[in-house]
Amino acid sequence: MITVKELTKRYARTTAVDHISFEVQKGQIVGFLGPNGAGKTTTMRMLTCFLPPTSGGATVAGFDVLEQPLEVKKRIGYLPETPPLYPEMETAEYLAFVGRLKGLAGANLNKQVDYVCERCAVADVKNKLLGKLSKGYRQRVGLAQAIIHNPDVLILDEPTAGLDPKQINETRDLIKGLAGDHTIILSTHILPEVEQTCEQVIIINKGKLVATDSVHNLQNRARGAESMLLEIAGRNGGLDRTVVERRLGQIAGVSRVQFKTSHGNRNVFEVESQKGFVRGDLASAVVEAGWDLNELKPAAMSLEEIFLQLTGAETPAPAGEPASKGAQ
Amino acid sequence: MRNIWIIWRKELNSYFVSPIAYLLLTLFAFVAGFFFWVQLRGFIEYGMEMQMSGQMYPMNLNEMIIRPLLSNLAVIGLFFIPMITMRLFAEEKRTGTIELLATSPIRDVEIILGKWLAALTLYSCMLFLVALNMAFLFKYGHPDWKPVAVGFLGLWLQAGALLAVGTFISTLTRNQIIAGAATFAVCLMLWVISWAGQFDSSAGAQIMQYLSVTTHLESFEKGLLDTKDAIFYVTLIFVGLFLTTRSMESLRWRS
Repeated sequence: MITVKELTKRYARTTAVDHISFEVQKGQIVGFLGPNGAGKTTTMRMLTCFLPPTSGGATVAGFDVLEQPLEVKKRIGYLPETPPLYPEMETAEYLAFVGRLKGLAGANLNKQVDYVCERCAVADVKNKLLGKLSKGYRQRVGLAQAIIHNPDVLILDEPTAGLDPKQINETRDLIKGLAGDHTIILSTHILPEVEQTCEQVIIINKGKLVATDSVHNLQNRARGAESMLLEIAGRNGGLDRTVVERRLGQIAGVSRVQFKTSHGNRNVFEVESQKGFVRGDLASAVVEAGWDLNELKPAAMSLEEIFLQLTGAETPAPAGEPASKGAQ
Repeated sequence: MRNIWIIWRKELNSYFVSPIAYLLLTLFAFVAGFFFWVQLRGFIEYGMEMQMSGQMYPMNLNEMIIRPLLSNLAVIGLFFIPMITMRLFAEEKRTGTIELLATSPIRDVEIILGKWLAALTLYSCMLFLVALNMAFLFKYGHPDWKPVAVGFLGLWLQAGALLAVGTFISTLTRNQIIAGAATFAVCLMLWVISWAGQFDSSAGAQIMQYLSVTTHLESFEKGLLDTKDAIFYVTLIFVGLFLTTRSMESLRWRS
């Protein structure tokens, strides 16, 4: 549905988006993840034909954003970071105006206005001035505006920014509900949001694409948080691997212990456990057996850590550290 | 065409749901009415004086009331036009609604024409109020209607040109005050630029004379429909609106 090829946006001094390529299939919800200033908004603006790319290109529903912008615009619903509302208009009046802009008319227009009001839960403020609406309502009117012409593609720039937790949940549910009929790209810098709403994740940082993967794969990696890596050294040089495996396997909650590698005296074991906190037990078991526990850490990184590592931000203290400290 | 109409309707609507339109209409009606009253009083006093002194020079409503009034209106218009155009694009840029327009399946030129026509419509409403004043002259006197119509056409063309310039300036900033002040300065310059060439007949002075929006109005005020002057205004409208489309486009490349 959306194909982005080597998309680049350069300003006088900075490169906001640097050779980004990705594809989005029909009906998917894709999370566009990145820290503030990563180039999310710029990319979205190029997809919506608001900004022309410096080089590279993109097609939406088979139409090129540079060559056939009108065709692209007909098929896109866009919610910018701040909902583009006219404070002096009433909700229904505004939605009708946007509907007309997008080419709706007559009975169909009225039908769509009623439909999106219902769908986005703004029917109760239909005759209120937009300038008087609360932030949550404004955001929902913004969303209603984006889907009024039933577009193939929905592009949502931080749709939950500035909402309270309850509104965030409502908005997420709303977006999930829209997924079947629309292809959705939503940008965010909030990780759980991606985990909860999206199927595919595109992570960008400083204008560069750092990862694109399905949430399922990322979650599989993240699920590895339940699998621990232990680096154990024997006190007097020798260490019987089978003894270690048996000893650790006896701990409640541990499902599998496997030897991975060794560097000299240092042996690395992977311990899989059911959901539950077994790090303390692991540490004390190792210490009681008279071995040195050099390291204990989650085998795979959480989504958060993957994200931070990929975007080059500071990594938080490794989760295993307290346990290994306790062992010394 | 339909898109222009959609934008026109929305713009006009936002003029008339806010106090802007009513404020402008009231102020313009008041100021124009004041000028009308002054002219009319002068005319009546002059008439009475003539009656008392027994002299009977021909008195002409067109020459003594309508023509000076039209030329006053042209100057008053300079003050009101920035107030009409300053919000057109500056406001949309500030609130971000320009993003909605620019990502809708509608051409830039349709947005611009819709907005400009809405501004022109509001100005036409203001002129209509003045025409109401004039209607009294027709009720109690017999002025020639053709020069009046030509005079209004001139005012309307002049307003169209200045509104186009104002629309252009409004795309340059997101601050309404700046847009308004700059438009006012430009309108004022386009008016007084002819003064520079008044006592001079060099080529430069003549160009300055030609650029002035008020010199071209003189023939209209006299009731003469001079194509040369009409073309000047139409050209200025085209230039203004063309610059606006360019500016809209560069907005996309820059922002």
